[in-house]
Amino acid sequence: MNGPILDLVGIWTVILGLGVFFYVLLDGFDLGVGMLYGLHRETAARGIIMNSIAPIWDGNETWLILGGLALLAAFPLAFAIIIPALYFPVLLMLLALIFRGVAFEFRFKDKEHRGFWDHAFCYGSAVATFAQGTVLGAFIQGFQVEGRHFVGSSFDWITPFSTMTGVALMAGYCLLGAGWLVLKTHGELQDWARRQGRRALLLVLVAIGAVSLWTPYAEADIAARWFSWPNVALLAPVPLAALALAFAAWRSFGLKHDAMPFVYSIGLFLTAYLGIAISLWPNIVPHRYSLWEAASSESTQAFLLVGTLFLLPIILLYTGWSYWVFRGKVKADAGYH
Amino acid sequence: MSLDPVILSRVQFVWVVAWHILLPAFTVGIASYITLLEGLHVWTGKPIYLRVSKFWIRIFAVSFGMGVVSGIVMPFQFGTNWSRFADATANVVGPLFAYEGLTAFFLEAAFLGVLLFGRKLVPSWAHFVAAFMVGFGTLLSSFWIIAVNSWMQTPGGYTIGPDGRFFPADWTAIVFSASFPYRLAHTVSGFYVTTAFVVLAVGAYTIRAGKFVAEGKLMLRMALGFLTIFVPLQIGLGDAQGLNTLEHQPAKLAAMEGLWDGGSGVPASIIGIPNQAGEKNDFEIALPKLGSLYLTHSWDGAVKGLKDFPPDQRPPVIVVYFAFRIMVGVGLLMLAIVAVGWLLRWRGKFYDAVWYLKGLQWTMPLGFIAVLAGWTTTEVGRQPWTVYGLLRTSDSVSPSLTGANVVLSLLLYMAIYLLVYPTGIRFMLRIVWNGPLDADPENDTKVESGRPAEPVQALPHGDAS
Ligand code: HDD
Ligand code: HEM
Ligand code: HEM
Repeated sequence: MNGPILDLVGIWTVILGLGVFFYVLLDGFDLGVGMLYGLHRETAARGIIMNSIAPIWDGNETWLILGGLALLAAFPLAFAIIIPALYFPVLLMLLALIFRGVAFEFRFKDKEHRGFWDHAFCYGSAVATFAQGTVLGAFIQGFQVEGRHFVGSSFDWITPFSTMTGVALMAGYCLLGAGWLVLKTHGELQDWARRQGRRALLLVLVAIGAVSLWTPYAEADIAARWFSWPNVALLAPVPLAALALAFAAWRSFGLKHDAMPFVYSIGLFLTAYLGIAISLWPNIVPHRYSLWEAASSESTQAFLLVGTLFLLPIILLYTGWSYWVFRGKVKADAGYH
Repeated sequence: MSLDPVILSRVQFVWVVAWHILLPAFTVGIASYITLLEGLHVWTGKPIYLRVSKFWIRIFAVSFGMGVVSGIVMPFQFGTNWSRFADATANVVGPLFAYEGLTAFFLEAAFLGVLLFGRKLVPSWAHFVAAFMVGFGTLLSSFWIIAVNSWMQTPGGYTIGPDGRFFPADWTAIVFSASFPYRLAHTVSGFYVTTAFVVLAVGAYTIRAGKFVAEGKLMLRMALGFLTIFVPLQIGLGDAQGLNTLEHQPAKLAAMEGLWDGGSGVPASIIGIPNQAGEKNDFEIALPKLGSLYLTHSWDGAVKGLKDFPPDQRPPVIVVYFAFRIMVGVGLLMLAIVAVGWLLRWRGKFYDAVWYLKGLQWTMPLGFIAVLAGWTTTEVGRQPWTVYGLLRTSDSVSPSLTGANVVLSLLLYMAIYLLVYPTGIRFMLRIVWNGPLDADPENDTKVESGRPAEPVQALPHGDAS
């Protein structure tokens, strides 16, 4: 391998990493809002909860498509191994996202079956989240590969570990969703969101703890990465930051902050994400193919990079604008405008 | 019967992509129509344009939501079921897919929110820009996805590595492959025609319902004028594409024509039943030499027949043959409908000929039928290849899949699609039956396009709609 391809792969690693992280944050909070929707019983509050994400969920979900397509274009070998290995969790996620996506419209159009579409919305969000969590767990555990293909069974992904990560992600997205609701609502509903946020946070901490113990215990190379000297000292800031952020998030849910719970929750996600990245680096098909081995040709990466570097800032700009248009609290009074 | 993952994956792909394509076929056209109406409103200030636009935005919201969720399924199909295709071709087509996301999907998604909910939150010019961006996004989307598909039909600009994978050599030749300009033009124009027939049918219904006659007449007028140009154009573009197929995919063309024996001065098969095993058409009506005339523009032009290709390189002829005839039949029917419309207009009876308006109400599905038939021609005609002449469909499927896996996923896709999409179509029709425009201004401020007009506002007690 020559010089330039190293740079390109590095850049694409950053772009893909950021893309996936954006997806996790953005669709994470609105899937979380979807689950919390199911926990609230009152119709009026539910209306506000749904409206807090109605104008933006589509854009959030677009990051999922970008993540998938960037993986296909920049690391096709990983795409061709990982996606078939995750045949059923991906199927489950897609079907759940269909229900959830159409529920936004159908709920209003179908008064006779509103209850059904309400369920479609919250269960759709929950199932999609659980499926994504199992994807994460199965990914960390790795796949059975021969040559350039996945050769295991389509049910290999079902393990205690992936089930646990599935539940953990549900708690995590609920945390983000609660943070979002605290930001976008006020009064009773906001207080409710604060309580839900704290509950989710406790679950998230248990989950992070479990993953942090389980992975090094099960995978020797991950243990070596974290606990050998000098890595221990160099990497210690990550778990320490996670603890500090968790503490701050807990406090801010209790105080009268509007934005801080959301911000701290995002911080907590960032540390967890970094932790996983450190465990797996530099592989993209864990235990098997590195980012460099799975990369597409130099010409492919270069061709796509030119446009991406130009388009991404523009995308962030107009997406930011659309968020700005809908800034402020979601209000319940019909006279507003 | 043994469960073959290849056949089942093909059925599954057809199922999900056919539902998906129905939605862009409408949203691409209607997004442009909404932009036009919003523009006319900003420019002339006439409220009628706004009323018609609001009506279509409400329908658009439902169809767009379904278009998005059905679309998200699509790229994952290439990973779940066609991973060997993905591995072999990603170096070439991967970036085109990714550019679709980068240029089109984000644009549509971001401005959609403003289009649907932002009318009162942004100045009217910004709302118009949002409509324009959504429409523009749908066109960019079509551009890239058809670039991918055209490369699969008529690959160019690539080299093949020792392990059979494709590598890019010339990006211009990849994006603008031999059939791309024809396919893009014919498809987008077909989407516009499809949408215009929906507008025509809804306009006719509205006039006959007698409640919103002015709006109905506007829709009818605009649609007829548009179709007068685009139906002939569509047929002309189709002819051009056929000639392109003759040049680059002769086996597909022979299947479309039901032509077994090639040579010079070939006949045109009008109708018959292709018999794959017998290598002939049963019960055929054919006109001598006419095939050569319209394919080569000369009475004695040479055309290849199916027998010029080994049997394992021929597509399933009967499907291609009939799909093509359905599309062309619909195209000619459309032409007749437009011609009758002008005849009536010329006699000044356009809006009063009840039989004609009644008939128009039934033209709504025409475009969709032609689009599905056209794509079936294109895709089944490409068989047995996914990349024409280079990569076989049977070598494209994911190696880890068992037949039972795919049966399970296919059944789930079928059950859920049949639950969700027909329901959505019913809701769109319900918006039409309810009359285009709620005269009640209340309705406008509370709920627009099924969602609250102001996003930052809940439904009072959550049950107004
Ligand atoms: C409103 C829709 C519509 C109408 C009225 C027509 N078509 Fe079409 N046709 C399509 C919509 C379409 C399409 C769905 O958009 C396709 C599928 C792939 C493509 O490129 O366009 C297509 C494909 C397609 C192909 C296949 C090209 C290939 O892949 O090899 C040919 C040769 C034609 N058309 C020709 C015609 C002719 C001669 C028509 C005259 C009556 C016609 N089409 C009417
Ligand atoms: C949009 C309308 C489309 C329709 C209705 C459609 C329909 C079909 C059909 C009918 C087949 C099956 C052929 C057979 O079984 O003999 C097929 C195959 C395929 N199409 Fe399309 N297609 C469409 C667009 C696309 C596009 C845009 C792409 C690529 C980006 C694509 C990629 C494929 C692939 C990979 C196969 C191979 C699998 C198979 O043979 O079933 N299709 N499609
Ligand atoms: C001729 C074939 C196709 C055309 C013209 C087309 C066009 C479009 C358009 C205009 C949209 C926007 C949503 C809508 O208007 O309903 C859309 C959505 C989408 N399409 Fe297709 N599509 C085609 C086939 C495919 C295929 C084969 C794929 C798989 C790679 C695909 C992937 C997607 C995705 C992921 C979305 C969701 C985008 C979003 O979030 O806005 N499409 N498509």
